[in-house]
Amino acid sequence: MSAASSARENKSSASSTGGPLAAFRKVGKSFQNGVTALDGLDFTVRESEFLSLLGPSGCGKSTALRLIAGLAEPSEGDILWHGGAGPREIGFVFQEPTLMPWTTVAQNVRLPLRLKGIARRAAAPRVAEALALVGLGDFRDAYPRELSGGMKMRVSIARALVTRPRLLLMDEPFAALDEITRFKLNDDLRALWSTLQCTVVFVTHSVFESVYLSTRILMMTPRPGRIAAEFTIETPEPRDAHFRTSPEYGAECRKISAALARVMGED
Amino acid sequence: MATRPPANERAAPHAERRLRYLLPVLVFAAAVIGWDLVVRLGSIPPYILPGPSLVMQTLADDWGVLSASLMVTLKTTALALIAATVGGVLLAILFASSRLVELSLFPFAVILQVTPVIAIAPLLLVYLAPDTAVLVCAWIVAFFPILSNTALGLASVDHHLRDLFALYGAGRMKTLFLLGIPAALPFFLGGLRIAGGLALIGAVVAEIAAGSAGRGSGLAYRIVESGYRLNVPRMFAALLLISLAGIAIFAVLTLLQHLALRRWHESALAEEM
Repeated sequence: MSAASSARENKSSASSTGGPLAAFRKVGKSFQNGVTALDGLDFTVRESEFLSLLGPSGCGKSTALRLIAGLAEPSEGDILWHGGAGPREIGFVFQEPTLMPWTTVAQNVRLPLRLKGIARRAAAPRVAEALALVGLGDFRDAYPRELSGGMKMRVSIARALVTRPRLLLMDEPFAALDEITRFKLNDDLRALWSTLQCTVVFVTHSVFESVYLSTRILMMTPRPGRIAAEFTIETPEPRDAHFRTSPEYGAECRKISAALARVMGED
Repeated sequence: MATRPPANERAAPHAERRLRYLLPVLVFAAAVIGWDLVVRLGSIPPYILPGPSLVMQTLADDWGVLSASLMVTLKTTALALIAATVGGVLLAILFASSRLVELSLFPFAVILQVTPVIAIAPLLLVYLAPDTAVLVCAWIVAFFPILSNTALGLASVDHHLRDLFALYGAGRMKTLFLLGIPAALPFFLGGLRIAGGLALIGAVVAEIAAGSAGRGSGLAYRIVESGYRLNVPRMFAALLLISLAGIAIFAVLTLLQHLALRRWHESALAEEM
């Protein structure tokens, strides 16, 4: 508990991160069809950081995310949880909004609470709070089909946040959105992370997105996925649109793009 | 629906909409007039081909007998459809929850479906009371589309939503009621619409197979019986009622589908465009 709170105090100084939250220890994952998605994956998720898993398509980064969430079991190795955290304190945002089309925005956001057996009355203020966080307070009674792609993704994020998770897992959530919407959601996600002080593990194949969002980037090799390189993005907080055009941002992107090219060239 | 399209864009669909009703009505009217002319000009006797006016006259004169028969056939159809819905949905849920049950039973559902009901009916009439045999025949043909569509719907649930339910530790029942059933609803309703027509066909076929063996009160029985008596106008009148019953069943089930899905499903949205 003290480790967690000290981590939170440190957060304002940007690059510093807290103690370990979850650790991959020599994790391998093979599927029945013989594909080895992950092999000897070794890394630690630290409390309160914004960690990106960056790599080419099919490098097993989504598989790693599913393993953290407990949606799949490692074939080898272990995932260790620290400080009483576990897969039940997780929010998950998929690449698609993955909303239930037959019900309203508010009901979609309430779903995790409903599944955890929290009564409607107790859930209502938390649903309202989560919708307000993503700026959709006025859309609680809308159906998903009435929303734009970006708004659907906001609903999906609100749904993941409604349980106040300690760890938020995001699997290329903005990959299908247009760039203008993606930039806006990047900004808003960054702001949410600062406000909520939760830990985020963000899977992406975009160097630019990962540099903009992350405090730390783990670059993965093509399949079978392993950690090829680690980068810490040291910039003052809060980040905003100015960061996107700053020389530091450009320098980081160049450095990581070059590293990615080397990783891709090896295989 | 929310925003009104400009007038020039609205005019075209409106005109097409009018044509959609107008054209079939015109074709129907032309066919009836042609039929009437053939009968009049050819002086065809009513026991060979009655004219449309005589059919309507017979419908009115024999309404007592025919309406009673209509109620019998409709009751059989409705009961068969209800039984098919209950059986089909329950079995689909069973299939979805146990691969073993699905593998064991699905082939038999297919066999039941592909064997023509007209060939099964005489056997059923040997073992069952005529009324029950007719009901079972109607059930057999109505059951399969509901089973296969609902099973398909339950199997088509978005796997990310499944993951989400697993992530939050949802049990089987919660997953079924909050995810499986709503997701399968459009598929089920599509199956129900097919099953409605098939239940009527099954009932009619079985009534004909039952023939004089049955106590004989359904509309199809009236057709057979009137045929024996060369009461051709009444055959036409009974046939007309069967057609109207089929149209009514289709219309009711289409309305049900629309009402259940209009808020969210693509199939209902297309009509609004």
